Amino acid sequence: MLDVTDEQLASLYEDMVVIRRIDTEATYLQRQGELALWPPLLGQEAAQIGSGRALREDDFVFPSYRENGVAYCRGVDLGDIVRVWRGNAHSGWDPYELNMATPQVIIGAQSLHATGYAMGLKNDDSEAVALTYFGDGATSQGDVNEAMIFAASFQVPVIFFCQNNQWAISEPVGLQARVPISSRAPGFGIPSMRVDGNDVLAVLAATRVALHRARTGGGPTFIEAVTYRMGPHTTADDPTRYRDEAEMGEWAAKDPISRLGALLKSRGVLTEALESSVTAAADAVAKEMRHACITMPPPAPMDVFSHVYSEPNSTLDTQKENYARYLQSFPADSVEGINQ
Amino acid sequence: MSSMTFGRAINAGLRKSLEDDPKVILLGEDIGKLGGVFRVTDGLQKDFGSHRVVDTPLAEAGIMGCAVGLAYRGYRPVVEIQFDGFIYPAFDQIVCQVAKLHYRTQGKVTMPITIRVPFGGGIGSPEHHSESPEAYFTHTSGLRVVAVSNPQDAYSMLRQAISSDDPVLYFEPKRRYHIKGEVKEHAEPSLPMGSAQVVTEGRDVTLVAYGPLVRTALDAATAAADDGVSVEVIDLRSLSPIDYSIVEASVRKTGRLVVAHEASQSGGLGAEIATTITERCFHFLEAAPVRIAGFDIPYPPSKLEAHHLPDLDRILDGVDRALGRRNSLSGLGA
Ligand SMILES: Cc1ncc(C[n+]2csc(CCOP(=O)(O)OP(=O)(O)O)c2C)c(N)n1
Ligand SMILES: [Mg+2]
Repeated sequence: MLDVTDEQLASLYEDMVVIRRIDTEATYLQRQGELALWPPLLGQEAAQIGSGRALREDDFVFPSYRENGVAYCRGVDLGDIVRVWRGNAHSGWDPYELNMATPQVIIGAQSLHATGYAMGLKNDDSEAVALTYFGDGATSQGDVNEAMIFAASFQVPVIFFCQNNQWAISEPVGLQARVPISSRAPGFGIPSMRVDGNDVLAVLAATRVALHRARTGGGPTFIEAVTYRMGPHTTADDPTRYRDEAEMGEWAAKDPISRLGALLKSRGVLTEALESSVTAAADAVAKEMRHACITMPPPAPMDVFSHVYSEPNSTLDTQKENYARYLQSFPADSVEGINQ
Repeated sequence: MSSMTFGRAINAGLRKSLEDDPKVILLGEDIGKLGGVFRVTDGLQKDFGSHRVVDTPLAEAGIMGCAVGLAYRGYRPVVEIQFDGFIYPAFDQIVCQVAKLHYRTQGKVTMPITIRVPFGGGIGSPEHHSESPEAYFTHTSGLRVVAVSNPQDAYSMLRQAISSDDPVLYFEPKRRYHIKGEVKEHAEPSLPMGSAQVVTEGRDVTLVAYGPLVRTALDAATAAADDGVSVEVIDLRSLSPIDYSIVEASVRKTGRLVVAHEASQSGGLGAEIATTITERCFHFLEAAPVRIAGFDIPYPPSKLEAHHLPDLDRILDGVDRALGRRNSLSGLGA
């Protein structure tokens, strides 16, 4: 079983428990009105940790909106995970600090960005790889299909990592694909793998194979990680309208964390001491994230005009001056943050 | 006549159209079992079947292109775009095909497609969920564009849009889905789809709005009345074509014009209306027309959206400017 030591297994386990805890805490924060929305990753921990942990620091990730577990692997500040979902900013972190783009809401768009980035990597003779995450639903978008065409045509170091979590909001994967999603990639000339996305070791192994191929000039790979979205699409969704309890039960039995836990137990690694240290780590992370979230200062009103252009813009400058005058026409404390 | 929410009124309009015309077919993401993310299509798939209320693969270009094919085949597709910001993958099909096929084929092929778009902000959403893209479409010849502001119009204008042989962009103000109003379901619509409507009469200033801001404009008129200013509010309803006769008659009376919209100011509807009214009513205008619009910025994060969206106070500031009263830009000259 790979070259993964017991210690590394325990560390993967801890990561999965921690990101589940991050996810649960964020869901609570949304319920408590601290976040506007949250897209849970519940059930997809193995897919995200297995792939996220396989990456090198200089690889670059182009995620959808659900890869908060991957962001954790990239070393994101905990408050930065929730900044977007609190409505404070459109992106929470500096892509160049984490080598990870910020959440992409437009379904599938990021797959082309990863491909273009990989074209750059190839031109630069870099050994780094671009990896893009997207869902089963996203595979229907033109962008994703065009990305595969470009990637194959130019043989660039990009990995298409599809988390098939069986659902695109209310639409089952069967509506997007009548064949396994992984079986499409070969038609584009891209080798593909279909892995058990709830098995962190299978995901890790597949990602390593793809990374090796990309680093050694072998071009793109498509990975379909078969997993399950155990929560709602987002906190605004009500899955009871469209999916069966029975299905949920079936997948609960394949819970990626319990599965790795069972393996660790069978190897005598998951001791009570480890269990409690993992829980403590997860609790500490959750606490830190909550604190960062609720103490995050709101953006100042005039920030609304920031960063539209990198150079001065006369039209916008006028609107900004006028709006400042407008705000000043109110008594000082009637507009939140007016004097900041 | 019954009282129903905005969302319900659209649902009733869709239902009636599905009943009346077997060629009406609904296409969209999550519109079936889920009933759409806003529940606007709730129950329709159950009652009309999955061949008429079609959950499509997740691809807007695909949806729109297939709607074109269905229209070729004699169907009347009604497409739901889940959120304003997701219409762009379909933009190419809309601009290059939907809008141009009638012209290209010298009238042989019609495109009776209705494109429903929940639009506008104010609901605390993430990026791409709060946009007002109407001007891209009013700039595109061959399309009709409407924006509804109340449950009755939501119902009637949807029915008119679906019956129209021309393609219609039908913009629904998502932050108003829950407001209630009386809806006459089966009566003939009282106005053509292309007409504007005076919703409050006034003497001093003409205030033109559409979609979500009609309600805000009405509130502003009430507030202005307390201040002794009489505001005439016009609900534009149709954004392409624009019913200038109503706006013109009003401005000839008031001599002053304010246009409000959520969309960014530059190249927006306000620019078009102010220009046309200036051309037509130059000698009746007592002051330069005023635009109160979203800033020329991408739609901001939700914590900042209250600053971007024209609200009652910003509209009143514009009314003051049109009236030459003290306002935030007093003393700036022009
Ligand atoms: C272009 C575009 N169309 C529609 C949406 C609305 N939307 C957001 S998520 C989603 C489903 C995505 O499903 P999938 O790709 O399987 O990813 P998952 O959410 O399951 O991770 C849809 C339709 C969007 N964000 N962008
Ligand atoms: Mg999915």
